[in-house]
Amino acid sequence: MFRTRSALWALALVVFLLYPVVVTNPAYRNIAVVTLIFMACATSWNMFSGYSGYVALGSAAFYGTGAYTMALLANHLHMAGGAAMFWLVPLGGLAAMVAAVPVGLIALRVRRHTFVVITIAIFFVFQLTAINLSFTGGTGGLSLPYVPWGASYFEVPFYYVGLGILIFAVILSALVRRSRFGLQLLAIRDDEDRALGLGVRVFPVKLTGFVMSAFVIGMGGALYAMLQGQIYPQFVFNPIFDITVALMAFFGGFGTLLGPLLGGLILESAQQYFTVTFSGGSLGSLYLIIFGALFLIVILFMPQGIVIAVRTWFVARAARALRETPSGDGALVGGGV
Amino acid sequence: MLIGSVYALMATGLTLIFGVMDIINVAQGIFVILGAYLSYALSVHFGIDLFVGLLITIPTLFVVGIVVERLFLGRLKGPERTAMSILVTYAVSLVIEGALNMIFSGNPVQLHAWYVNRSFNVFGTYVAYIDVLGFIMAAILLGSLYVMLYRTRFGASIRASLADQTAAALIGIDVRRVSTICFGIGVAVTAAGGMVYGATNAFNASSSYDLISRLLVIIVLGGMGSLGGALVAGILMVTLEDLVGVVWSPVWSQISFFLVLVLVLSLRPQGLFGKPAARVA
Repeated sequence: MFRTRSALWALALVVFLLYPVVVTNPAYRNIAVVTLIFMACATSWNMFSGYSGYVALGSAAFYGTGAYTMALLANHLHMAGGAAMFWLVPLGGLAAMVAAVPVGLIALRVRRHTFVVITIAIFFVFQLTAINLSFTGGTGGLSLPYVPWGASYFEVPFYYVGLGILIFAVILSALVRRSRFGLQLLAIRDDEDRALGLGVRVFPVKLTGFVMSAFVIGMGGALYAMLQGQIYPQFVFNPIFDITVALMAFFGGFGTLLGPLLGGLILESAQQYFTVTFSGGSLGSLYLIIFGALFLIVILFMPQGIVIAVRTWFVARAARALRETPSGDGALVGGGV
Repeated sequence: MLIGSVYALMATGLTLIFGVMDIINVAQGIFVILGAYLSYALSVHFGIDLFVGLLITIPTLFVVGIVVERLFLGRLKGPERTAMSILVTYAVSLVIEGALNMIFSGNPVQLHAWYVNRSFNVFGTYVAYIDVLGFIMAAILLGSLYVMLYRTRFGASIRASLADQTAAALIGIDVRRVSTICFGIGVAVTAAGGMVYGATNAFNASSSYDLISRLLVIIVLGGMGSLGGALVAGILMVTLEDLVGVVWSPVWSQISFFLVLVLVLSLRPQGLFGKPAARVA
């Protein structure tokens, strides 16, 4: 079981590594870069919200912070556009971490629904600040240094940096999941008061998880800003981003490692593809209807997400097989979620 | 200031839904816009006055609410129910947004009637008729909502479900039916709110994002599930925004309310009138 699983992860990695070699259409490569960014963001969103049960709907605040850090630093340092700008990506993550500390200090004092809504409110504070301050360029946004790569491989460096961020996010999320720290987050999700009673220092644990997840999201925002070459407050501080990231995690499987990856891969690539194919006019709105309807169907029929629904189906099938073969020892070991 | 009562009305619907059903209805914003577009269609195509049109739009949205609740929200179960409800209502709002965009296009429109653009002079300041009429309408609707909640038997069963669903079910209240009707009422008030919103602002389907963020902030500030809190916080929000806009700069008027929210919540996490969060097992 363990070996098949490792083989599948390795296979997935090879497919992702080869994608830009095989696919040469710039539009599809561009879709792939954005998809990677969203998969990384969904994974790290899930690393905090999925494990701790604190559904945060203000992640775009950190995405935007990362994007603006990239834009402002690149402009102030008078960088020539090019590979050197990739060094600013982790700085974008750091800036998002710094921003996440006060946000966490305020928002993590409340639980459940109130937490959800406070994160939304704080997100709007960020967005309105970016719109209203002068050094962020207001609604006109900011331009980044021009990246002078040829059209035939323009997206490729972005792709591999995005893949790097994604791999980092997955490893981080897996490590957290297996650590004592991750168990503390899960204990908070199951029963925060009991965890507190058992000696988990809940507030520092929550804050650390929250800030760690902001780091990856900030890097995603920084890479996105560099890819676009121009950012606007309403697109990097986008309320739809808040919901989309959460949606990907729920769609794939809330609190699982694989879930947000699948959710991000399916939803973002589909969304980007639809947007490219039916851009503008009434077809663009038709896409909203289809997307919303599909989404409703998945939630209603697979309320725990694809990963858990599929796993339950496999376990049920294995159990049937065991019942039908009388020699089976009947011991069915459920895998960890 | 007067428009604050209209926000209070829309937020009351939202907090009623949350209090009774533990559902955060993110689609409230798009329902407001749907109500506004219905009023728009009635007034443009059939020449029906905006306030008379409410007689049609309020029942229509009541039915829409009941259908959405029956089809989707009633099926949600389990510990992540509230989080799932956000996603479901978001999906519903995407579908409605797409449909509205297809029917009415994305160009902003505004509702028109003789009382929208005219104003009268009170002690040197000009007051628009629509503000006064909207205030009167919101006051009447909120008043009748309160009478229903506090003076009728059905209202008593709603309040019982608000306080404790299990206990309410034990004394023979059909909580399921109460929930459905509550959702209907919570959505129906958006028809009235949407009409005034559409008359005072140019809107299109994406205005719903701005609306829902304001409404959520109002109910959190007031205390989730508190009807009086939604009323006070709604009026407070609009007053504060106007005040900051006049005294300081309109640039900071929107942000001021969000900052007040963050401040209040860091001192009082349950909101102004909320009950402290009970332990949820």
